[in-house]
Amino acid sequence: MNRFAALIDRLAYEPRRNGKIRLIADYFRHVPDLDRGWALAALTGALSFRNAKPGLIRQLIAERTDPVLFALSYDYVGDLSETVALMWPAPARPEGPSPQPSPRRGEGAGPASKALSPPGRGLGEGEARPDLGIPLSDVIHTLTHMGRTELPAVLAGLLDRLDETGRWALLKLITGSLRIGVSARLAKTAVAALGALTPDDIELVWPGLTPPYAELFAWAEGHGERPQTENPTPFRPVMLAHPLEAADRESLDPRDFRAEWKWDGIRIQAARAVDADGRSTTRLYSRTGEDISGAFPDLAEALAFEGAVDGELLILRQERVQSFNVLQQRLNRKAVSAKLITEFPAHIRAYDLLVDGTEDVRALPFDARRARLEALIATHPTDARLDLSPLVPFATWEELTAARADPATHGAGPDADAVEGVMLKRADSLYLPGRPKGPWWKWKRDPHSVDAVLMYAQRGHGKRSSYYSDYTFGVWTGDGELVPVGKAYFGFTDAELIEIDRFVRRNTVNRFGPVREVVHARDEGLVLEVAFEGLARSTRHRSGVAMRFPRIARLRWDKPPAEADTLATLEALLRTQGEVAADDDAGAESDGGGTAARPASRRAARRDREAS
Amino acid sequence: MRSAMRPEDLLRPTPRGLYSPAGDFFIDPVRPVPRALITHGHSDHARAGHGAVLATRQTLDIMAIRYGADFAGDTQAIAYGESVEVNGVKASFFPAGHILGSAQIRVEKNGCRIVASGDYKPGIDPTCVPFEPIGCDVFISEATFGLPVFRHPDPAGEIGKLVASLQLFPERTHIIGAYALGKAQRVIALLRAAGHDRPILLHGAMERLTAYYESEGIALGPVKLAREATPDELPGAVVIAPPSSLAEVWSRRFADPVTAFASGWMRIRARARQHGVELPLVISDHADWDDLQHAILATGCGELWVTHGQEDALVHWAGQAGLTARPLHLVGYGEEEAESGDAPATGKASGDAPAEGKPS
Ligand SMILES: [Zn+2]
Ligand SMILES: [Zn+2]
Repeated sequence: MNRFAALIDRLAYEPRRNGKIRLIADYFRHVPDLDRGWALAALTGALSFRNAKPGLIRQLIAERTDPVLFALSYDYVGDLSETVALMWPAPARPEGPSPQPSPRRGEGAGPASKALSPPGRGLGEGEARPDLGIPLSDVIHTLTHMGRTELPAVLAGLLDRLDETGRWALLKLITGSLRIGVSARLAKTAVAALGALTPDDIELVWPGLTPPYAELFAWAEGHGERPQTENPTPFRPVMLAHPLEAADRESLDPRDFRAEWKWDGIRIQAARAVDADGRSTTRLYSRTGEDISGAFPDLAEALAFEGAVDGELLILRQERVQSFNVLQQRLNRKAVSAKLITEFPAHIRAYDLLVDGTEDVRALPFDARRARLEALIATHPTDARLDLSPLVPFATWEELTAARADPATHGAGPDADAVEGVMLKRADSLYLPGRPKGPWWKWKRDPHSVDAVLMYAQRGHGKRSSYYSDYTFGVWTGDGELVPVGKAYFGFTDAELIEIDRFVRRNTVNRFGPVREVVHARDEGLVLEVAFEGLARSTRHRSGVAMRFPRIARLRWDKPPAEADTLATLEALLRTQGEVAADDDAGAESDGGGTAARPASRRAARRDREAS
Repeated sequence: MRSAMRPEDLLRPTPRGLYSPAGDFFIDPVRPVPRALITHGHSDHARAGHGAVLATRQTLDIMAIRYGADFAGDTQAIAYGESVEVNGVKASFFPAGHILGSAQIRVEKNGCRIVASGDYKPGIDPTCVPFEPIGCDVFISEATFGLPVFRHPDPAGEIGKLVASLQLFPERTHIIGAYALGKAQRVIALLRAAGHDRPILLHGAMERLTAYYESEGIALGPVKLAREATPDELPGAVVIAPPSSLAEVWSRRFADPVTAFASGWMRIRARARQHGVELPLVISDHADWDDLQHAILATGCGELWVTHGQEDALVHWAGQAGLTARPLHLVGYGEEEAESGDAPATGKASGDAPAEGKPS
């Protein structure tokens, strides 16, 4: 448990993706099978045991500490698990000689060669706790097999045997709030890093594996066979597109390509198989291979084809695609209730076919796969929440530009609000895992932009920890006040970062921890051209609007802050959007890593992507 | 027959610091006074501009390094275990174990004995003489880490985390934020004890103090100024710098560094995150919660006065332990730590709320 606790402690502070992978891989390399397997289960969210409620933890600490001291401590630390982990008292030691040293009464007895050490605590020997070497596998085993009534005693017993970091890790585990910025995908990437495998190799066998994954580690380290999984519906690594720049477009021949709408939903892979006895298995996977079937039981049940389909997860009401905001409301819920299913019916809009029946068709060209997909959808029951993403006809780039600018009159009809651009796929492209450059392109609608005034800057993390690289910016209200409308931490070049950082340091008017308030008056301050994908109403922001995917497009040193945009401009945009936020980059690009269940981590995932 | 001295006539809190009406001197005054007894060289305790200063030789040396040779009108050195009479009050100095030269000061007259302990820590520190409990009627203690959440771990274990990180990320420079006086040298000594023998790179702010420790016989191994290091020396190197410099332009010369911070505050995650620290090292030069209790009880005092820090919790504990206890509400201390850039406290004049505020 010690090493696992030390690992997640370090992970909680490590901002870099590569740093996290190295830390996890290093742990896997040095910890024996049973423990590392359970650690992998913990990191991938594969553990299930009875969670402890905060009330129980409060009760345990109340039985053991002075209420005044607990209250002062909790107030100071601010986090219950952390407070309890830190102030949990050492269990009563067996009676032994513990002489109270007598103070030195005389004087001039010479320098401190006869220093008294304080009672009860030998220095340099760490905590006087009986057993620090308690294996993680034992802890998990205990937690998994205890009954409800045993929980308090079991938990207290474990807390007695662990040190501060161990107690913190245990409490985070058992309250189900590890929150260390590690996705299942990242943990699997660390397993792959043990040897010559790729993360996708791990994904392929993963669905058939269970903790503690000894055969997986053996394979990853090169001294075992590939685990034989009897999985009829495995995840197949998805194919991704590159963003299309104007320069790319000039070199491409439109006749080589097919176009589809780029939908603002979640990338999903649905696999369904039927065995000899007619029993079927259905699995839904996120872009990174996370099994999200449990979050969409209605969809999984409704599917009737045999094979594997690649498409977009969308919410449809009266056959109309709903905005990403609506989809997010379903994603945000932990429990899947009947009401949620009725209110937010999940659909798949299919755009590719990986397996037709039992035949793997990934090595066929796009046109051939598309023909098979159309045939499969045509024979699929019409009420079963699976439909076809249509092709967008075009002969020239001008025609496609027009369609992309106005999807509503180019075939998307009432679903146009859920279109965030077009996808271009070479007619002869094979289905290749990863992001090969050339066969697939995404061509998003042009973003919106406003001129906003820099108000606050915060230091970044990792490489950027000495730079003010996270910016809060605002626009003018009717009263001539600046109101913050968003935060951005990328979009600028390295040279621009240095310029902004210098501006922040020279124009600080206030400091709050890592945050500096910079001068932002009508005639003094820095105007930023901020590009963003869309707007949504927000009750959490004082301005009432929230930007999606904002980034710094340009620095407007030339522009006086008084000439920056107003809140009225944003509100007008919000109205023309019809309250439906147009886009979110996540869309087809949504980074799995548990995101289907926890959209909050989408932002982090996106940030990773932008950083790399 | 002499009447017994009341403690308040021997020592009492004033806006300028602890003052002895009987002996007409101050201990660690925060503003210039005619006569000062100084516990140790940290800037919140040792200030320039006093008429006469009585302190250990090392504390006087450190003050001269920081403020220049003429930091006081007159100076007098005193060794651990020695006493001097100041206007009829006997003052004796004993080791406090906090930093090199740090002392507790016992003042006594007419059978009343008060120990002003300054900042102190029990335990082993290779860079200074260990703390010893001194018998007294009134013990004056700080309470920087006076909450039960503060139990400092074994410093060797914390340095072990740093050593492990150096092995895992051998291409990255590891910058450790540490106070220039005391903590920096202790971290170097701990690294040496852990077998790290490469040259350690120093921020300019610690150069003279580190050289002074060496001259006092504390072996710290090879050190050099970070600004004089060649690019090929930076990967895997340990750099020690004042905490405030971690966020400053200074740290940019290092590509993709791991930032560490050696401080008792690193026990609290919100604190570590507030500083953007990736590798928190819980290494403190102050007594932790257990240390405070043991140290206080070991003096045999009947009364406890608490100077700065988390006084509420310590006073509460002392009451339950049967001691008469009260907070002194002294201001202006704990700001050596504030150098770290604990934002709301920095940049403000001394006399404001002490730096040990709640993490925001
Ligand atoms: Zn000090
Ligand atoms: Zn102090």
